[in-house]
Amino acid sequence: MSAHTSSPLKTYFGIWITLLVCTGLTVWAASLDLGRFNAAVALTIATFKAILVALFFMHLKGASEKLAKLVVIASLFFLLLLLVLSMTDFATRTWS
Amino acid sequence: MPDSQLTAAHNPALLHHFAEPEQQRDAASLGMWVFLGTEIMFFGGLFCTYLVYRRWYFGDWGAASKTLDVTLGATNTAVLICSSLTVVLAVWAAQTSRRKLLIGNLLATLVLGTAFLGIKGIEYKQKFDEHHVPGASFSFEKIPIPGHPDQYANPSHAEIFFALYFVMTGLHALHMIVGIGIFVGLTVMAWKGRFSPEYNTPVEMGGLYWHFVDIIWIYLFPLLYLIDRHP
Repeated sequence: MSAHTSSPLKTYFGIWITLLVCTGLTVWAASLDLGRFNAAVALTIATFKAILVALFFMHLKGASEKLAKLVVIASLFFLLLLLVLSMTDFATRTWS
Repeated sequence: MPDSQLTAAHNPALLHHFAEPEQQRDAASLGMWVFLGTEIMFFGGLFCTYLVYRRWYFGDWGAASKTLDVTLGATNTAVLICSSLTVVLAVWAAQTSRRKLLIGNLLATLVLGTAFLGIKGIEYKQKFDEHHVPGASFSFEKIPIPGHPDQYANPSHAEIFFALYFVMTGLHALHMIVGIGIFVGLTVMAWKGRFSPEYNTPVEMGGLYWHFVDIIWIYLFPLLYLIDRHP
């Protein structure tokens, strides 16, 4: 829906600050030696940021049409299929 | 007179094959989300390629990733996040008929988007200067693998990293250029006073596209720049 009743400006600026802080956080976390968890931490922060953008800036949170949400979930499901099946194939091959 | 024609008289932006503005807006929104779904799969193939090669050439890719300029990458991330804020403010301004704020935010988005491309251009220039562009002049000699100071990265494996770096950031930059084109169009429409609280779908849809391109960068930045930063 295009009609938002209350002023959402506070939310927008709050999300903006959070996204900037998370960017700083991910750069800082990259300088720590977390072993194999470096990638996990970086991707977790990236996913958190992406969810914030999708929910609040792309208005998925208040979206009245369930179809838009369904499209997003379906797209992510197919992306997951692509990545997970490719990686299971890659990881279980006997080549080297 | 049928109802639809009456409504059309009230809202000139309502196309004749829609019953009411809300239906028209929901159709546009669904179409945009489906398009973004195809874009997720489009970039998904590249992210999958990244994952496979990343596992395969782990150390070589770490060495190649370490040569990227994190400061410029982080600056560009911040620039894009700021542009997402101006976009969401533009959508809000269009919905609340604040024309000056709308035009101001659209212009700010254009400035930030162009700044992003400029910084990207500086980075590409550095890659050419360092001979890190895949091709005949590519050179990646004697760069140690992170965690293994006694081993040098395999240049042909590093070349694949840079090939993917240029394809992914290049495709993203192409999306930015398209986005800037869209926002120039939106600015012109806003200038002509086309948008109102009843009709602002183009701003909203352009915004969805812009935020999506932002999300792609939110993933590209850590994957390309950050993953092997640690000592």
